[in-house]
Amino acid sequence: MTLALVLIPALAALLCFLIRRDDLRRGLLIAAACAHFGMTTASWVNKPAAALGGWLAVDAGGLIFLSITSLLFLASAIYAIGYLKREPHGKRKDFEEGVLFTNAPEAVFTACLLFFLATMTLVTISQHFGLLWVGVEATTLASAPLIYFHRHDRSLEATWKYLLLCSVGIALALLGNFFLTQAASDPGAGPLSLVVSDLVTHADRLDVPWLKAAFVLLLIGYGTKMGLAPMHTWLPDAHSESPSLVSALLSGALLNCAFLGVLRIQQVLNAAGLGAFGREAFVAFGLVSMAVAAIFIVAQTDFKRLLAYSSVEHMGILALGVGLGGDGIFGAVFHAVNHSLTKAMLFLVAGNILALYATKSTARVKGVLRLAPASGVLWIAGFLSITGVPPFGTFVSELIILKAAFDKGSTAVAMTYLFLLSTIFAGMAAIVIRMAQGEASERPKPAGREPLLALLPAAALGTLVLVLGLYLPPFVNSALHEAATMLGGS
Amino acid sequence: MNISVDTIMLLLILTNLALLGSGQLGFCIRVVSVQGIALGLLPVLLGSGGWSIHAVILAVSALALKGVVFPWLLFAALRASDVRRETDPFVGYTLSIIFGVAALALFIWLGRRLALPLSADSRLTAPVAFFTILVGFFLIVTRKKALTQVLGYLVLENGIYTFGATISTQQPWLVEMGILLDVFVAVFIMGIMIFHISREFNHIDTHRLARLRDWDEVEDSEEQDQ
Repeated sequence: MTLALVLIPALAALLCFLIRRDDLRRGLLIAAACAHFGMTTASWVNKPAAALGGWLAVDAGGLIFLSITSLLFLASAIYAIGYLKREPHGKRKDFEEGVLFTNAPEAVFTACLLFFLATMTLVTISQHFGLLWVGVEATTLASAPLIYFHRHDRSLEATWKYLLLCSVGIALALLGNFFLTQAASDPGAGPLSLVVSDLVTHADRLDVPWLKAAFVLLLIGYGTKMGLAPMHTWLPDAHSESPSLVSALLSGALLNCAFLGVLRIQQVLNAAGLGAFGREAFVAFGLVSMAVAAIFIVAQTDFKRLLAYSSVEHMGILALGVGLGGDGIFGAVFHAVNHSLTKAMLFLVAGNILALYATKSTARVKGVLRLAPASGVLWIAGFLSITGVPPFGTFVSELIILKAAFDKGSTAVAMTYLFLLSTIFAGMAAIVIRMAQGEASERPKPAGREPLLALLPAAALGTLVLVLGLYLPPFVNSALHEAATMLGGS
Repeated sequence: MNISVDTIMLLLILTNLALLGSGQLGFCIRVVSVQGIALGLLPVLLGSGGWSIHAVILAVSALALKGVVFPWLLFAALRASDVRRETDPFVGYTLSIIFGVAALALFIWLGRRLALPLSADSRLTAPVAFFTILVGFFLIVTRKKALTQVLGYLVLENGIYTFGATISTQQPWLVEMGILLDVFVAVFIMGIMIFHISREFNHIDTHRLARLRDWDEVEDSEEQDQ
């Protein structure tokens, strides 16, 4: 069954190329998403057996990230049905520059979506560092054509940057893997395999300088993919130019997968007694990412780039949480869940706003609440959640990370963290509230009733974050704690 | 055995310097192809691998991909894009070669100072691997054409591959094949992208792909407001 989690979406992707009829293919997308979600849910009840000699296994950390990925994919797939129906065929005018462009064939788009799911699943369940690398690189390759769905010059530029920067970054992670192999090649007692549990059990046999070098390379490599500043430069472009449902997946699911990659190496570092070395790097990357995001959020004029920089910020918060250790790790894993749900919701709503106003400029969108009340309410709710306002789940997880900073006695870190959070809150509030309120001056399209398929997924995700903030179900709580303990937290 | 590994290392050094010093895109692709063939032979020549089935299959697939398939793909992209066939460097060729020689000297010196993993076959492998990685980075950063950036990526990948072949323990079968597959798909998609870039912009100069940024848009909207 572990293997099936990867194989079912991959096979469905191949089938997409054979199916000629659009509605059948969309049906297949939903069916595959439902099947994947069903199997993931079943994994909560019954842990599936490991496959490929322990290389593929669903552990506590992997299960949480797998569930987020699966849930977001289901939501995006449902959104995709309405989205693909609304997308016109043939040439049309680009709303920003007036150039003519076409879409990529829908079969390619759907197939790449499903491949993307398969590769992300591979990342979340692989226990072997080599296989993990193969998975992370494959996610880049599967998602690059998704960013280039609207075939115009801006999306092309974004795709090229994404492809090249991430490939080079991940190539560094490959070098890190080789360093790790070298660290694990105990000349006395024979080499260790690169399976995480093996490395953790025999951590005392690892060669320390090589392990440190491997950690640095893996952190930079996967950190590029995760969007940690200063390696984040591909992220705003890719997120702003891709279709909104793809942005939702990139931001909500893919960044987490890369985060899991760096968590795995930190796990080995902890076992080898070098945890402090890794945590310092995490704190530094975390604060730098938040600061960079704050600067770009305050002066942002494009609402999809705004959300993208907010992802950089939240990846920074995750890194900070891991770096602080203790309760911070629990906070980081919990925050990863909250952030994914919220950010996916926001991107889906941004897609609705974009469809209505045909502009990404924050200055030209006004009166969303009046023109499209449902989207407007979701937009405001998403904003409140992403900036960590109670009673949303993000508030709880951000508070836990703050507490971890005070627990550790690093008041300076805590103060910087609070200052950056409030700056970002103010910056986003000014933009989002201006967009939501007021009269809609320009009305490019007559506002009809908003399509249900475009609202339901976002509303469902938003409700989940709200619920997580009010009541954390015991089974989720214990899974989060188990994951945090595995990663060296308390 | 000793001589042949050293020969390959020498070939790597020469191909790297040739890449740094040449402006012809077609020539650069051929040089990368030679480098790929040389690397393909590495697993069977190194002591740890030998002529086992594992090493032979790996060598054959690496040789076929790096030596034949990638150059072929890149030539196809070059033909389709119909661009001026020069690499357009930001840094001149002579300066690039001087940089290369200096970097090589540095790595060989470092290789003697540090306890780098030394393969029994040659003292050169680890320094040359790092040198190749650095040349790859240098090509990506200093050359303007999208195609040269892909070449740089391949050279970077070759350097990492050399390092991987050098260290004593081998990666498992599945992982090695997965890595090759990923690199193959990466080059394939990059080739397609080059084709699209040339069609969309009539050039493949990446430094002119600069529409997406934050601050310019601010100025744009201010102009519109006025």
